Amino acid sequence: MSVTASPSLALAQPAGPAPVPLEKAALTAVALGLLALLAAAFDADPARARLSMYAALALVSGGTLAWSWQVFGRGPAGVRQHGLWQRASTARGAIAWVTGLVLTGFYVVLYWFPGLLENLIRTLDPFSQALRHKAADQWFLYGTFYTLAVLLMGGRALWKYRHSPYQRIRTASVMFFQLGFAFLLPGLLLAFQQPEYYFSYFWPLKYDYLFPGTVSSLVQNGGLGVFMVFWGGLMSLVATPVLTYFFGKRWYCSWVCGCGGLAETAGDPYRHLSDKSRLAWKWEVRIIYTVLVVIVLLTVLLWVGASGAVPALEATTQPLSKAYGFAIGAVFSGVIGVGFYPLMGSRVWCRFGCPMAAYLGLLQKHFSRFRITTNGAQCISCGNCSNVCEMGIDVKQYAQRGEPIIRASCVGCGMCSTACPRGVLNLENGPREGRYQGSQLIHADSLRILS
Amino acid sequence: MHLVIIGNGITGVSAALTARRLDPAARITLVSAESAHHYSRTALMYIYMGHMRYQDTKPYGDWFWAENRLELVHAEATGLDPAARQVQLSTGSRLPYERLLLATGSVTRFFGWPGQELRGVQGLYGLPDLEKMTRDTQGIARAVVVGGGLIGIELAEMLHARGIHVTLLVRESRYWELVLPPEEAALVERQIALHHLDLRLETEMRAVLGDADGRVRAVVTTAGEELPCQWVGIATGVAPNLALATSGGIETDRGILVDEHLQTSVPDVYAAGDCAQHRAPAAGQVPLEQLWYTGRLQGETVAHTICGQPTPYRRGQWFNSAKFFNLEYHTYGRVPAAPEAGTRTFCWQHPGGGQLLRINFEADEGHAVTGMNALGLRQRHAVWEQWLRAATPVTEVLARLGEANFDPEFFRRHEPAMRAAFARQFPDLPLATTSAGRRAVWSV
Repeated sequence: MSVTASPSLALAQPAGPAPVPLEKAALTAVALGLLALLAAAFDADPARARLSMYAALALVSGGTLAWSWQVFGRGPAGVRQHGLWQRASTARGAIAWVTGLVLTGFYVVLYWFPGLLENLIRTLDPFSQALRHKAADQWFLYGTFYTLAVLLMGGRALWKYRHSPYQRIRTASVMFFQLGFAFLLPGLLLAFQQPEYYFSYFWPLKYDYLFPGTVSSLVQNGGLGVFMVFWGGLMSLVATPVLTYFFGKRWYCSWVCGCGGLAETAGDPYRHLSDKSRLAWKWEVRIIYTVLVVIVLLTVLLWVGASGAVPALEATTQPLSKAYGFAIGAVFSGVIGVGFYPLMGSRVWCRFGCPMAAYLGLLQKHFSRFRITTNGAQCISCGNCSNVCEMGIDVKQYAQRGEPIIRASCVGCGMCSTACPRGVLNLENGPREGRYQGSQLIHADSLRILS
Repeated sequence: MHLVIIGNGITGVSAALTARRLDPAARITLVSAESAHHYSRTALMYIYMGHMRYQDTKPYGDWFWAENRLELVHAEATGLDPAARQVQLSTGSRLPYERLLLATGSVTRFFGWPGQELRGVQGLYGLPDLEKMTRDTQGIARAVVVGGGLIGIELAEMLHARGIHVTLLVRESRYWELVLPPEEAALVERQIALHHLDLRLETEMRAVLGDADGRVRAVVTTAGEELPCQWVGIATGVAPNLALATSGGIETDRGILVDEHLQTSVPDVYAAGDCAQHRAPAAGQVPLEQLWYTGRLQGETVAHTICGQPTPYRRGQWFNSAKFFNLEYHTYGRVPAAPEAGTRTFCWQHPGGGQLLRINFEADEGHAVTGMNALGLRQRHAVWEQWLRAATPVTEVLARLGEANFDPEFFRRHEPAMRAAFARQFPDLPLATTSAGRRAVWSV
């Protein structure tokens, strides 16, 4: 019997027990909510659109939470991945393609055709006025949806991983930073006539925070603006290396960052879709460090141009920074980064494109105490760790050889450790001496496995 | 040298990788009827439950074999001619060898139950079994699993994940009674109860009943009860796969008989892993070992001998691990189901029923630790290996217990409670005042 080409073991199967009535009701509520959202988008009557919007938010929120509780919140706590590779929604089936198209389409409209969202934006005016003392715009709409996604799917993650204190605390952390630092605080700053500033995003991810234009406009704003410039510089250039030295890049990527926050919550059902192949790793290295080099050079050029040392330099740097904003800031991080969740996994942007991740990764690889330790000779090569790695690291290659995992891309989400059925993996911050030391209890073969 | 290895499981592949390292010039051929590439047998359950796909369970990428010059033959070895040094393949061709390693693994053991040939009665050992199980459990409502060991609970978990009602028939009076002490067995049984499985202890299967189409329709137990079901999982153990060895006239008993160098009765033919039976097992070892870890170790050992570095098989400190639904299990050293003579046993349990730590130690002066069981706790293999090898006194182990803690960050530390329990259970063995043990979480 040949099993080499044996798709019969995968998709043809039902994913398990049929959904119980409450699950169906919850999913129906989500679907009705999405319909109400569509109704609001096409309703020119502001009062009625607002009503549809409120109904949509209530139905989607209530439905998502009820479904999550039903599926993950009850019964014995533990790793629950049943049907992950068998459902059309999480195994690149028809539902995944539709979801991907809808998400991608939303980003295209948001960035380039915001006029289409006018009715939706207007429904948020009262909320925006209350929080920010100004009318809503497309970014407020986006921020509201984004934060809601992190909070609702964060609730799902809290239930799903309730057996792991590490996952509970980490999930609560990304929810807190998204809601507080990336949504409420920037809104309140606006309400107090201050610059809209995100204290949880740093250069080079938030690339313009160290651009001369941003810096000079913040400084002109006086006291708080000067602090913001100081904060941005401090976080990017001092705190980042120091924190990464002690904790690895996870202190940011899977605990604080908003992109990471969305990936860890809304993206959790798709984490296994990241490509674990050697080829994907090669492309990852080629692309992500290129982006880092480009943004560092661009920043330097902008400063040189602003200093006036090289006349007419600004004529070239301005279009360059616009091009970067379009290609990396909009297309890569938004359209591809989130739109492709259901097809390529939740960390496409973080893995292939984010210059902050590249910077943190270099620090993590070469100047950090962080590593994932493997426990003696316990690995059974089952592959669960690689499967759940959202960054596409083939974790088992290290575990089955008894070697610690020290990779630039690892965001320290801890899911490999959580999913391991033999307790083999543990995230640790230890002394740098002997950081690469493998286990003496396993005879590591010296064959070339990873290039 | 041309080394031919029959079987691409963990034993055969470990031998191939080790041989490649020791002898870069050797020609190495792996023959397998089951799959074109090595996959992790322990991951079969995760494929069924939809956690992973078949391709996710391959420990190495498909490119790995060619790059390391390991030739793969996807065919069944149907015959062996030691005189001509040739293996007969199902493709009709004959494969010559200079050294031959039999790593043919096991087959499910059936005990001659009436009706065991019915469709829907099977064990779970390899990919063909998984395909059969996938097909025959499609849309069914009830299943019966026979056997109270590791595979039994795995089968139960798999079926449960698909919403199939499971009845577990276990001959003994507690779960995995031959291996687990009563407290450990009780925690496993608690997991079974939490998942609403129907566990029948001291009950065996008497017969399987079929319908008109030759499919299972019920199981009759030794209690005389008829349990309607559409599928029956046989988890009463495996037996060495001897077919090829027998065809080549190699001496066998329950397994293929091997000496301490894993050499069979025929020159240049070796056997390792599940299929091998040690003629003279070393002290404290058993003749048949059917574990992932021992397969890996035997494969590595035999490759040394094959490559001209004769190395006797020494298992070293015993260890094993498993997971019973959500309950992780580690064991290091010797922890028999009933305490050995001359040893004492310390057992701590969390009142919540989720964690257990047992430490066995010598009753005599010195009180050296002899073994450890952990349930719902992760313990460092290297630390325990060292403690066991050095015959560390139990009081010292208790004092330094934090060093062995491998639980993730932010998990509750139970060492103080464990030490308090030890002081209560063994007032005659005072513990030294302890240092903090494991360094604090997020320490710098």
